[in-house]
Amino acid sequence: MERMSFDLAQTPLRELNSFLHRDAPAKGVQKVVVTNPDGAHNIAVGLDCPVEVDVHGHAGYYAGGMNKTGTVTIFGSAGTGVAENMMSGRVHVKGFASNGAGASMHGGLLVIDGDAGLRCGISLKGGDIVVGGSVGSFSAFMAQAGRMVICGDAGDALGDSLYEAVLYVRGSIKSLGADAQIEPMSEADYAAVKSLLDAAGMQHDPKDFKRVASARSLYHWNADADQEY
Amino acid sequence: MCGIVGLLVKKPALRSRLGELMVPMLIGMTERGPDSAGLAVFTEPLAENMRKISLYSGMCEEGADFNWLGLGHELKEHLGIDATITAQGNHAILTAAIAPEPVKRWIKERHPKLHILSTGRAIDLYKDIGTPAEVAARYAFSGLAGSHLVGHTRMATESAVTPDRAHPFTAGEDFCLVHNGSLSNPYGVRRMLEPHGIRFETDNDTEAACRFLEWRLREGDDLETALQKGFEALDGFYTFLMGTADKLALIRDPFACKPAVVAETDDYVAIASEFRSLAHLPDIKHARVFEPAPEEMYVWNA
Repeated sequence: MERMSFDLAQTPLRELNSFLHRDAPAKGVQKVVVTNPDGAHNIAVGLDCPVEVDVHGHAGYYAGGMNKTGTVTIFGSAGTGVAENMMSGRVHVKGFASNGAGASMHGGLLVIDGDAGLRCGISLKGGDIVVGGSVGSFSAFMAQAGRMVICGDAGDALGDSLYEAVLYVRGSIKSLGADAQIEPMSEADYAAVKSLLDAAGMQHDPKDFKRVASARSLYHWNADADQEY
Repeated sequence: MCGIVGLLVKKPALRSRLGELMVPMLIGMTERGPDSAGLAVFTEPLAENMRKISLYSGMCEEGADFNWLGLGHELKEHLGIDATITAQGNHAILTAAIAPEPVKRWIKERHPKLHILSTGRAIDLYKDIGTPAEVAARYAFSGLAGSHLVGHTRMATESAVTPDRAHPFTAGEDFCLVHNGSLSNPYGVRRMLEPHGIRFETDNDTEAACRFLEWRLREGDDLETALQKGFEALDGFYTFLMGTADKLALIRDPFACKPAVVAETDDYVAIASEFRSLAHLPDIKHARVFEPAPEEMYVWNA
């Protein structure tokens, strides 16, 4: 059994997910095609094998969440929290993604061809996010590790309270969050942007990107400050 | 949590199908709002001198056995009004050539437990406790016709589960609002409005937003100006969907904590908290689907 199809207009979502959890790894299934997702939540969450899942239509909340080694492609838009807490593998949204895309991701690659909503990459702990369009406000809030490439613009408070994650932005930044700063691009940064754009299948000149990283001034408590941050 | 749905049909031929298209949208938001549901539908406006008032008797002792015929006789006897009352159980629409305020005052004095749901030339309003499917069946939502409607499924967080605290809320004439979220300053807004003679009927936070925006419109602001003042005056989490006689309007708070998605085709504009409620609509696979941005105004004309 190499390929399976699930029509969510006919089959309950639980059947799809339990197939992906139990049968797909046991039987070495390579590809699962999902039709009529119709905005259902939790499509293909918790994958733990190198299966490819194609979702044809719009997905609801948490699609591809907690993914480990799987590949999820959504030919449509994704609701809140797509690829939330992904550990490894790849999630690709061909349309736009709602709020909290890639929240708390630890690894893997999240590609969003369109725009991402607010709080994209919030609390990022590793892995990479490439957004073809723009991201909403508070993106990369408290991002601890990992990289984000934003080909469009960023909203307010980008990278607020950033730790060691690095952000690359091609368009304008409405405002930077506390402790986030624009830094010069090094050769290593250009190479990183190029490899991430290649991985996402996007074509831009890495020279058009600027680097945003933490000024690290919030890392240590400053008892002499007026507590006016 | 709550669910919001809205639908505006662009072609007059689709007006007779408005309710039928909307019912699956409302039921699709059951998990977001299982305790109450309601909707406002906007029809072809009545003549200038005519008004219709939607009434709810579910909080009266008689409930669905309310004597609507008797109400008609009383109106004739006391106020000399020839009203047409179209009743269905605990709900009725009173239509007459009237100045609405004296009639509403009379109703409140004579039948204090009869709840006035809405007033206007275009709006009919229905809301009640129960699941969206139960409420839709109770009032035969699938048969409703009109140019646009605003619907809501409620999961109460800020006030009790009662019919009058269900959404939509109305104020003035031909204006309604539904809300997903919670306001942090509804009492401040109320204290500001009450000296202007604005009276509140419930302790629900949404009523403060509804009466604030209607007050701005009545003071002469156009819808866009009123909404801009709403951004400044109302604090908290909200996705608001509003209906007027000829418009649907949508706004989201700056943090966009509460969801909304829009699908637009040549035939309709449909709004819902989640895509699940739009998935059944005709030609949805070719609709332009987008997520409204925070702090932006989206206004569609009927």
